[in-house]
Amino acid sequence: MTDGTAARSAAGAPPAAELRGITKRFGPVLAVDGVDLVLERGTVHAVVGENGAGKSTLMSVLYGLHRPDAGQVLRDGREVRLSSPLDAIAAGLGMVHQNFRLFGSLTVAENVVYRAEPARFGLVDRSAAERRVEELSARIGLDVDPTARVDTLPLGVRQRVEILKALHRQAEVLILDEPTAVLTPGEVDSLFVVVRRMAEQGTTVALVTHKVREVLEATDRVTVLRDGVVTARLTTAQTTAGEVVEAMIGRGLVPAVNPRGAVSGEPVLEVSGVRMPAAPGASRVQDVSLRVSPGEVVGIAGVSGNGQRELVEAVVGLRTAQAGTVRLRGRDLAGLGVRERRGLGIAYVPEDRPGVGTAAALSVADNLALGHHRTPPIGRRGRLSPRAVRAQAADLVRRLGVKTAGVAVPLSSLSGGNAQKVVLARELHHEAALLVVEQPTQGVDVGAGEEIHRLLLDYRARGGAVLLVSYEISELRALADRVLVMLDGAVTAELDAADATEEVLGAAMVHGGGAHAAGTTTGGGAAR
Amino acid sequence: MDVLNLAFVAAVLTSAAPVLYAALGGALCGRAGVFNIALEGQLLCGAFAAVAVSWWSGSPWLGVLAAVVSTAVFSFVLAVGAVAWRADPIIVAVGMNLLALGLTGFIMREALDATGTFAPAGLQGLPDLDAIDGVPVLGAVLGRATVLVPVAVVLAVALSLWLARTSVGLRLRGVGEHPEAATSLGVPVTRYQMATVVVAGALCGLGGAQLSLGTVTAFTENMTAGRGWVAVAAVMLAVNRPLWVLGACLLFGAAEAWGFRLQGIGLPQQLTDAAPYLVTLVVLVLSRIRVRRRLSAADPLAAENAAHPEAVIHPEETR
Ligand SMILES: Nc1ncnc2c1ncn2[C@@H]1O[C@H](COP(=O)(O)OP(=O)(O)O)[C@@H](O)[C@H]1O
Ligand SMILES: [Mg+2]
Repeated sequence: MTDGTAARSAAGAPPAAELRGITKRFGPVLAVDGVDLVLERGTVHAVVGENGAGKSTLMSVLYGLHRPDAGQVLRDGREVRLSSPLDAIAAGLGMVHQNFRLFGSLTVAENVVYRAEPARFGLVDRSAAERRVEELSARIGLDVDPTARVDTLPLGVRQRVEILKALHRQAEVLILDEPTAVLTPGEVDSLFVVVRRMAEQGTTVALVTHKVREVLEATDRVTVLRDGVVTARLTTAQTTAGEVVEAMIGRGLVPAVNPRGAVSGEPVLEVSGVRMPAAPGASRVQDVSLRVSPGEVVGIAGVSGNGQRELVEAVVGLRTAQAGTVRLRGRDLAGLGVRERRGLGIAYVPEDRPGVGTAAALSVADNLALGHHRTPPIGRRGRLSPRAVRAQAADLVRRLGVKTAGVAVPLSSLSGGNAQKVVLARELHHEAALLVVEQPTQGVDVGAGEEIHRLLLDYRARGGAVLLVSYEISELRALADRVLVMLDGAVTAELDAADATEEVLGAAMVHGGGAHAAGTTTGGGAAR
Repeated sequence: MDVLNLAFVAAVLTSAAPVLYAALGGALCGRAGVFNIALEGQLLCGAFAAVAVSWWSGSPWLGVLAAVVSTAVFSFVLAVGAVAWRADPIIVAVGMNLLALGLTGFIMREALDATGTFAPAGLQGLPDLDAIDGVPVLGAVLGRATVLVPVAVVLAVALSLWLARTSVGLRLRGVGEHPEAATSLGVPVTRYQMATVVVAGALCGLGGAQLSLGTVTAFTENMTAGRGWVAVAAVMLAVNRPLWVLGACLLFGAAEAWGFRLQGIGLPQQLTDAAPYLVTLVVLVLSRIRVRRRLSAADPLAAENAAHPEAVIHPEETR
């Protein structure tokens, strides 16, 4: 039945795992369509694609969570029937899910050995369990305290516990579904070290991601998925970011870049001497002044928690500044709340999209109407016109190319990029004079990210003023005319976009100061 | 120690034992992820079955056995309703409590031909531990109690060790904390939960038998009088930890024993009867306040939640 020879690699050994012609439907949705995937032993294999491309579905088939409608799963060249994850574990597969499946009140060792406990007379042999954890951690270069309670550990360490869990069950093929989504940049780097180490010891790793940088950094082979089909099979050493992105989104990426040029006119936003008390875990804002002119994007760079959020809150009116003034087109905003400020022409795209930026359970149409519910034609004398809400939503969805099954579906059914487009559509369509935007492409696919950058630059070209907070240096360099660096709640450097190179910005974000720090290369550039 | 104080310890243990059985059952259910507030009804069921069968057979031990079996069977309502069929455990449990109250009263009237209290001459209670009367201290503490009293205390310690040390205990803890994770590792969650609910029922049966064949020898309509609810409070107070459950129940027992003493010096009975419940209430409130404080001090997320109260979804539920 199985033709193992066809899949034999040059070395003569069959691949550690192979999927052949896998198809999986969810009702009308064809999530995965005839996909072949070959995982060679001891390699790190990237499975990439935009949100909804079918990566998780494919991996769930490999791990026995979904029965495929068609196709075969092979382990070491032999077909296996996986009707549950238990079968997959028995077949030497392990999976670390996007949301961890750990017992928070149990210790690391207990989590690792759960249901595969070293036991004597029904009693769990704790010291054997702890030794096992230490031995496995040492083998792949992890540092984990086996006696720590899991809910006291940071997410990066919890992920290691998941990896140890799989290794304890003798996994030879380890599936990591979007492992970097929950990690800080430092944790991402150490994860990749561990992954490499495991591969060297013969473990086969399938690394699911939608971030091209990670593909190039950490993997040997790449399989790209788009809309449920494979669009490219690449060898990492012989490919480029451009090639991967093109296979992911089906077209070349033309990065949107600020054309720059002289800025003139009375400033739209003028902040002078603003002070704010510290929020938990963040700096207070001390004496910040800045101005944004029409047709200008002013970027705020800095590691997260250096007062950016507090500054933004003072501008949009979420909190009152302790001291200093905020002026919009010359008018002092003191004492005005969020509603009045919006009325005067401030639009705001918050960083926390699910929590603050959107109402996830409401429809796309309702989300697009939020904040405009008092203005005709949507709201008239306290009455809402559902027809106008729908009509406006349909128009905006079409104009911005939001991918959604309709305007009546809940916003939570949209991918990150499309949800962000909804927020931008809502904030931009009444042409406020000032747009305050935090982390516009966080959790957004590359393709959608590019479109969002273009929308922001179009707004700038129409004369809009943008205050952009971002932790991504590349984003600031693409969009901003000027960049201010915030450190410990103060603006410590101001740079023209032309001077704001990766090195200079990275250094200023960590050490403060501008040009004099140039040449110092630090890891601060990628920090968030 | 003087005899008076040892007598007080004896009274505390006797008062605490029925509640302790029920609370241990509740704690096990809590560990398995089933919130059991049917303890009151389960205790009552056990108390009734114990008296009925002891009277019918003349053997209090058969009464105890009947209490254990019938309450375990009664618990299938919760096991099937809330676990297998996924109905709301609160609603199922409320139904069970009402059913137990109504049914025991009804059977007592119709089959045993009694109203209010059933205490026929010849009803056999459980014997005291007369054999250890001579042993110093222990004799004074347990000599007038039934064997079910020390067994309850031993059981609390044993359950604590069982949960902490055995494979099955570990799996049970995992089942309650994160059923999906347990399932994904091959633990049959539903079976674990149903078995736990039934075992908890058996424990409540022992508690009921101690109440109606040990503490007194009679069955009175609604004789549990809220002890099952105190057990629920003890479970919550102890956050499902058996040793803490023991502590909470001893506190309750002490309040009740003290209440009897205060009656002795002339305080109105209504007031002294309320003492155990009052103590439970105060301790429950105080402990919640303390937990919240500690959470926000130790956990930056909880502290963040405290700063943004609109985002709080019960911090302790995330533990
Ligand atoms: N359990 C499910 N039920 C219905 N549709 C699903 C289910 N899981 C995934 N899908 C759909 O299948 C497609 C692929 O999803 P998924 O595999 O999660 O993509 P990815 O992991 O690449 O983001 C999407 O359109 C998604 O909506
Ligand atoms: Mg996915």
